[in-house]
Amino acid sequence: MTKHMILIKNGFVYDPINKIDGEKMDIAIKEGKIVDPKKVKEKEAKVIDARGKVVMPGGVDIHSHVAGPKVNAGRLFRPEDGRRQVRPFGQGLRAETGFSVPNVFATGYRYAQLGYTTVMEAATPPLKTRHTHEEMSDTPILDQGAYLILDNNWVIMEYLKAGEYEKCAAFVAWMLRSMKCFGIKSVNPGGDENWGWGKNISSVRDRVIYFDISPAEIIQGLIRVNEMLGLPHSFHIHCNNLGLPGSYTTTLETFGLSDGMPISPKVGERSQNLHVAHIQFYSYGGEDWKTFESKGDEVAKYLNNHSNITVCLGQVTFDETTTMTADGPFEYLLQSINKLKWINRDVELETSSGIVPYIYRPRSLVNAVQWAAGLEVALLTKNPWQIMMSTDHPNAGPFTRYPRVVKWLVSKKAREETIAKCHETLPNRSSIASIDREYTLYEVAVVTRASAAEALGISGFKGHLGVGADADVAIYDFNPEKQDPSREPEALEKALSRALYTIKRGHIVVENGEVVGDAPKRVFWADICFDEELEKQVLDELHETFAKYYTVSMSNYPISEEYLVGSTPIKITSK
Amino acid sequence: MPERVVSDVVCPFCGCLCDDIEVVVRENRIVEVREACALGTAKFMSLSVGERITKPLLRVDGSVRQVSLEEALKEAAKMLADAERPLLYGWSSTECGAQAVGVALAEVLGGVLDNTSSVCHGPTVLATQDVGCPSCTLGQVKNRADLIIYWGCNPMQAHPRHMSRYTTFPRGFFRERGVKDKKIVVIDVRHTETARLADRFIQVELGKDYELLAAMRAALKEYEIPEKVAGVSRKDILEVVELMKNCQFGALFFGMGLTMSFGKHRNVDNAISLVKDLNAYTKFIIMPMRGHYNVAGANTVFTWETGFPYAVDFSRGYPRYNPGETAANDVLQNEECDAALIVASDPVSHFPAKAVKHLASIPVISIDFHHTPTTEISKVVIPAAVAGVEVEGTAYRMDTVPIRLKKVVEPPEGCLPDREILRMLLEKVCEIKGVETPVVKHA
Amino acid sequence: MTELKRLEVSLITGRTIEQGEAIEGRKMAQGYVEAAGVVYLDPEDMEELGVWEGDVVRVETDFGSVLVYARRSPDAPHRGVAFIPMGPWANAIINPSTDSIGMPSFKGVKAVVTPALGEEVLDARSLLAKLRGG
Repeated sequence: MTKHMILIKNGFVYDPINKIDGEKMDIAIKEGKIVDPKKVKEKEAKVIDARGKVVMPGGVDIHSHVAGPKVNAGRLFRPEDGRRQVRPFGQGLRAETGFSVPNVFATGYRYAQLGYTTVMEAATPPLKTRHTHEEMSDTPILDQGAYLILDNNWVIMEYLKAGEYEKCAAFVAWMLRSMKCFGIKSVNPGGDENWGWGKNISSVRDRVIYFDISPAEIIQGLIRVNEMLGLPHSFHIHCNNLGLPGSYTTTLETFGLSDGMPISPKVGERSQNLHVAHIQFYSYGGEDWKTFESKGDEVAKYLNNHSNITVCLGQVTFDETTTMTADGPFEYLLQSINKLKWINRDVELETSSGIVPYIYRPRSLVNAVQWAAGLEVALLTKNPWQIMMSTDHPNAGPFTRYPRVVKWLVSKKAREETIAKCHETLPNRSSIASIDREYTLYEVAVVTRASAAEALGISGFKGHLGVGADADVAIYDFNPEKQDPSREPEALEKALSRALYTIKRGHIVVENGEVVGDAPKRVFWADICFDEELEKQVLDELHETFAKYYTVSMSNYPISEEYLVGSTPIKITSK
Repeated sequence: MPERVVSDVVCPFCGCLCDDIEVVVRENRIVEVREACALGTAKFMSLSVGERITKPLLRVDGSVRQVSLEEALKEAAKMLADAERPLLYGWSSTECGAQAVGVALAEVLGGVLDNTSSVCHGPTVLATQDVGCPSCTLGQVKNRADLIIYWGCNPMQAHPRHMSRYTTFPRGFFRERGVKDKKIVVIDVRHTETARLADRFIQVELGKDYELLAAMRAALKEYEIPEKVAGVSRKDILEVVELMKNCQFGALFFGMGLTMSFGKHRNVDNAISLVKDLNAYTKFIIMPMRGHYNVAGANTVFTWETGFPYAVDFSRGYPRYNPGETAANDVLQNEECDAALIVASDPVSHFPAKAVKHLASIPVISIDFHHTPTTEISKVVIPAAVAGVEVEGTAYRMDTVPIRLKKVVEPPEGCLPDREILRMLLEKVCEIKGVETPVVKHA
Repeated sequence: MTELKRLEVSLITGRTIEQGEAIEGRKMAQGYVEAAGVVYLDPEDMEELGVWEGDVVRVETDFGSVLVYARRSPDAPHRGVAFIPMGPWANAIINPSTDSIGMPSFKGVKAVVTPALGEEVLDARSLLAKLRGG
């Protein structure tokens, strides 16, 4: 650990977790942590003059597809994307390639350039999670963690159907520990298993073929298990019926399943028991593509009455990008619509995935409605702590567009300029044009770092600048005393795109928008055992499943800690 | 003499990457291998009986002398650093850590980095880049498939346990009766051993796979097709298409019969398109039969680090990918490369004479554990420990499932893992070039 | 003098178990010659050509010529198709053209097979020496 000390002087600090709203103050760093400025002598420290600049905690991304099998399959089958944003090897940095599916080096560097320091991989299939860890370990700068896809898992469906929640919890704990993953992910529960037969699920009350369980039962079962285990993060879902006209009803039904369920983290201080990812992608009304409309307002209305749910946006950015999801049947549908190339990757006993390139165009009414729906949810949900920035990278656009999304959030003018480029029918299909709300810089800091840190249960040391927090700091060249985000959104977009400084655990990794170095990495995972005795019993039963139905030996399935650079187990004692 | 049995060992031979092997070790020697096929057994057993290299060699003016590792590395680093367009080739028979160091080395050198997929499933990669690839893990096939098609591949010779472990013979969750629940179709130019196990054999004329695939796609969409296509009767074509349409879960495996024959990537393109078309009727997947045990890993590591799976050219500082210009055979046959580093591979045996001729005329460094025709032409030969037997690491199965390779015996003295050798080489090259050595975290 | 018989074939290469076993540490040994220095022919083609199992034959293409042992194909019938396992013998004569995609044309090159009684099949090392010399 470095003893290096840094003193950031006189910046306008936005630190929502500590309720600091643009106050001019100093931030001091010692040994990778935030310390009391009095404890750092100016002469011994590197002093950064942040007068007239914005200072925020390092960004925290709760949902981004940056590492693992489907991300890499996206890179592999899109060399045309790999050629889009290249940068040669040099100045101690590895070469960069790719726009929507950047190589691992570009991923780390570009997040750092945005002032982000923590990025959670959105979904990893257990059987291929070793790959996800290999890529995360190879990704510079960022602290990371991954969500383990468990909803279409045969073992879990069987336990939940039989009502054996204790056993299910023991199994989930073993899986998280064996896969070195951070939390539980669900992607189109039940739909992926049906996709094994080329079918899908059409509502949360549908039944899964053979396993005879409904998505609703899977969702409630896993929320329950999540809370029995007391994981730092809540159950994290990609709902059924993603992308379809009328899907908001499924979303509201899914929301409703969390009603009255407990919230009992043993680590961290989250206040949600359900995180719904990329909410934009199922905030749609309409009967079909012709009547497709935004229901972002309805979704926001629900959120305003239910504080136990958080969402990230999955905001459309109007780019040529690469869609990738464990929702195998959705990607099949998408390729049948846009006729572009299609990768599918089912994973035995566990899940599926698909990848299709996609071009979002403002002149397409459907795409324009999608763009509006995300912003509607963000702007009509009153409490920004329920909202998290994401483009569901790279599904709705690459993460490098976050500053542009901020531009739309802070400025009605910026939104109007975009609406003017959109399909002329948009105002009939969305309320976006009538929304006046503009995010403050404080709210921007909430949705880009604080709310995610809290929802992840890591706000003790991430997402804020209080004494004892990780010294992850972003400094942006924007003067809130002289510049008004609402009137100068482009200036803010530019400032957020290239941080003046990004500091990760006390190491300066970005200076003047350029990456200048690496920093010690950490990968977070839930080190948890639910009940030793029960776990033994569960594993005994599991041996047969492996011997008969998996194609790898059970002993070769778990991932050893040596795969993780900066392995950081989060100890959770369940019983 | 005490014996040690190591179980669930991963076989480092072919893309099946069977992980249920038992290896019996006595005094650090492998004395017995259980469960493995003939190929896997040969690999495990070869370490003590084969033509093992144990000392670094330097070839000067036709004569070979043993040198220290330090001297060999120094010579190798100089040869590579002096070259204008070095080729770094092989990579498919080593673990992912070594591959990652290889990428860094190519980057520092501004070299051309290629793996063996350019001479096996490179065309499959190109086809995937054209039309995608609906696929799955092998367990999905084992548990669900009721129709297995092998096209232009001969697993009984090249992947001997593929049929027994993953596709044809095992009982699966929804296929409790094993082979009785499945239909096997083989399409090939020869009536191979695999074909002899099939329910149905379709003999396609050599070089006419594309036509047959096109006819099947046409038949699927209910177009009229000619009486005979590619030597196959209309009746046979229609019957096979019916089988495909009416199965519950179909799986098409293909090999070099498509990628190496006339049409190459276009054949694969059409095969994938057929499978895509079939998904409108039923569940169908397609999978290439990857040869080397970690060629899928080489594609995987190269891709996450450079964006591209093979044929990566760093001459401009950033990765550039253009097979036909930047693959090993291109730079060799066009006599572009002026030095080569070969890792765990034998291009002298497996490349066409025209490429070998050029390779034999430039300085070559080999990192390998056996004498091969390639080590015969190498100026520097560095002995390596064998990944998957003497070294741990990761390998990716043909369905890109990553598996941890085991170490079952100690390597001979002086034989280091590929990744260690490459790290030292990288350091030396960086020293000569005067650049900071990139940190390769992954390895 | 009677004209030598000749057989026109399409040549393919590929893996075999024997070749796969032999490449594991025995490439410089005689076993490799026996595994990969061979051509599998359709038995009827062999009869027409007048060669027996184990006879030395010359296989010639636009790209070179190589001596190998004739073998009865277990995978017949495949008249007009000859198979040499992947390795230096096949590679001496296959079409190196990559068709602008990096992949040589390992399968489907036109070749002529003629009996070569009394000639010798070179081992891997000698084959290489010949290549370097020529």
